[in-house]
Amino acid sequence: MTHGPRPRRSRRGLWLAAIAVGGALLGSCAPAPAGHELTFWTIGREGEAIMQLLPAFERAHPDIRVKVQQLPLTAAHQKLLTAFAGGSTPDLSQLGNTWLPELAALHALEPLQARVDRSTVIQPRDYFASIWATNVIDGTLYGVPWYVDTRLLFYRKDLLKKAGFDAPPRTWAEWRRMLAALSDPQRHVYGILLPTNEYEQLMSLALQQPGPLLRDGGRYGNFESAGFKRALGFYVDTFKLKQAPGITNVEAGNPWTEFGRGVYAFYLSGPWNIGEFRSRLPASQQDDWATAPLPGPDGAGIGAAGGSSLVIFRTSKHKDAAWQLIEYLSQPAVQQQFYDLLGDMPPRRSSWEGGALRDDPKARAFREQLEQVKPTPPVPEWERIANEMQLVAAEAIAGRLTIDQAAAEINRRADTILAKRRWVLDHAQPDLAREHTP
Amino acid sequence: MNSQRSAWWFLAPALVVLGVFFLLPVLAALALSLTDYDLYALADIRNLRFVGLGNYWELLHRPLFWSALGHTVYFVAVGVPLSMGASLGAALLLNSPLARCKPLFRTALFAPVVTTVVAVAVIWRYLFNTKYGMANYVLDLLGIQPVDWLGDPHWAMPTIILFAVWKNFGYNMIIFLAGLQAIPPDLYEAARIDGASAWRQFRHITLPMLKPTLLMVAILTVSGYFQLFAEPYVMTEGGPLQSTVSVLYLMYDEGFKWWNLGSASAVAFLLFLIMFAVTVLMVKLSQRGEHPDGEPA
Repeated sequence: MTHGPRPRRSRRGLWLAAIAVGGALLGSCAPAPAGHELTFWTIGREGEAIMQLLPAFERAHPDIRVKVQQLPLTAAHQKLLTAFAGGSTPDLSQLGNTWLPELAALHALEPLQARVDRSTVIQPRDYFASIWATNVIDGTLYGVPWYVDTRLLFYRKDLLKKAGFDAPPRTWAEWRRMLAALSDPQRHVYGILLPTNEYEQLMSLALQQPGPLLRDGGRYGNFESAGFKRALGFYVDTFKLKQAPGITNVEAGNPWTEFGRGVYAFYLSGPWNIGEFRSRLPASQQDDWATAPLPGPDGAGIGAAGGSSLVIFRTSKHKDAAWQLIEYLSQPAVQQQFYDLLGDMPPRRSSWEGGALRDDPKARAFREQLEQVKPTPPVPEWERIANEMQLVAAEAIAGRLTIDQAAAEINRRADTILAKRRWVLDHAQPDLAREHTP
Repeated sequence: MNSQRSAWWFLAPALVVLGVFFLLPVLAALALSLTDYDLYALADIRNLRFVGLGNYWELLHRPLFWSALGHTVYFVAVGVPLSMGASLGAALLLNSPLARCKPLFRTALFAPVVTTVVAVAVIWRYLFNTKYGMANYVLDLLGIQPVDWLGDPHWAMPTIILFAVWKNFGYNMIIFLAGLQAIPPDLYEAARIDGASAWRQFRHITLPMLKPTLLMVAILTVSGYFQLFAEPYVMTEGGPLQSTVSVLYLMYDEGFKWWNLGSASAVAFLLFLIMFAVTVLMVKLSQRGEHPDGEPA
């Protein structure tokens, strides 16, 4: 309805508007004669960049018109669920891969394996394996990765060198030594910034452990395992040793400037910050910072597999056209263009072999880590469990809980949150089970 | 009989609107609060279970609910008197015959009410930044140790109360101003002739004459402050250590963030019961020892 002619402030204009609205309403019921109109929801900044990629697609497919709706990140989750409840989901959408299990549990998404099998563009083997795996829920493929995200270390090369370290840390032990050397609470200087209300940092450390975060097929939490306790212990110790300030990202305010001033020597964050640091730090400082794979208990480079995928909704009437758009956006050349526009990193190895990405030293650590990233547990409740994990971890940082008490409390909360899932799995409806198999 | 029927016809449009947009949703929410409606039930209605009072029982056993209730009561108990005191004080100053440039001050003091919470909260976050904020800069000038306003669990709620009072007092100030202007000046004249001091005039003329206004403002402010949500949502996101999670914030998290509409509805009804009880109590207290002579409200 929004694309009808704009009504003028006259009676004739009102009539025109009424006809246009009526026409749009009728048009949405009948199959459009002059080709397909795709509704495509994007989340966050991607919507602006995609506008510049679409003209080429529409030129190549004159029968398809794409209508992009940009959702702000804070409202996107709610909007997707409300749209599902109201039966007004778009044809295709960008979807964060921690939200994918939720929409898959709602049976809102179209399985894509058959289309991938027929595709000449999308080659699963070309994608980073763990990133691809986040789109497979109970054996069914629901999305095609669009861009990737993993958290790793941004660090100040010059500060490390001054403290006598020529290379970034590879193991936790090395990391701890550097954090100790670079922290001086008296002068309000800390080794690293870990906002206490963001769960991604602790989750990345926890994913480096050998055991899974949930056990028995996502029925119970596995937070009392030795591995998780080790990660939690390392995380909490960083605050206890005053190597990180116990502040939230609300108080951290502008971490980029603080990083430039040397308040923090390390910053554990994601790919979008390459662009932020390039634009926010002065040119004279651009050689002072670099990125490094996340140090692990024994070796570097294991992190969380994040990012966004492209999904088609089950109720869409233009699935073939939507798939053509997904194929277009998955071409390595288009993904390189997308990186140039926005800095979103492509999920395909071949997209990394050309363009600005190949020779960018700041992106290299991401390329290394992407081979080893680990997916988060594919259950709809994961985001909530991770939130609770962080709330309890913050209590441990404040000294209200010991590591053992915190681990037990996280486990208890996870088990409570997963209670309904256990019941649903144990009372699985036969037709639900059938829908899950490819 | 006939006139009664036509009366019902006149009432019907209002009743239909009330029924469809108020009564029906309330009843639906009550029914919802007796189920475990969640994401799985949204996917397939066969996953919906009737749990009776289970949601309420669980909530009453959840520490977070009690701490959220505690934070809300703290906010109401400190915020409402502070806000009403500020409103009344500002109204008295504006109403004073000595005051100059009244329209200017009235507009300036009312201005925070019409600002956007989110935009203003961002500015307050800067003002109360531990390291670079103006609040700590002023404290530093006075030689006082800096306060971690939004990062210390003990200071976050007072900061939010300060913000809410500043944001809202202008609204009640206007109501009080109207109430003050409605007091007949001859009462003050008579009191002055009798030699009453300014304080006694306030105590024995202004307060009793303002009583209906005070009661109404108190009830509206209390019920408004019980619904604390936007301020912590934009200032602290419930933190630090969940020290600014209010009851409504808990409901929002349960319902719209995690889509547990069953238990979110239970939170809503518990909050409704509490607010209802508090309002009844306030009305009862104000009526005690007073003839129901129908003072103009």
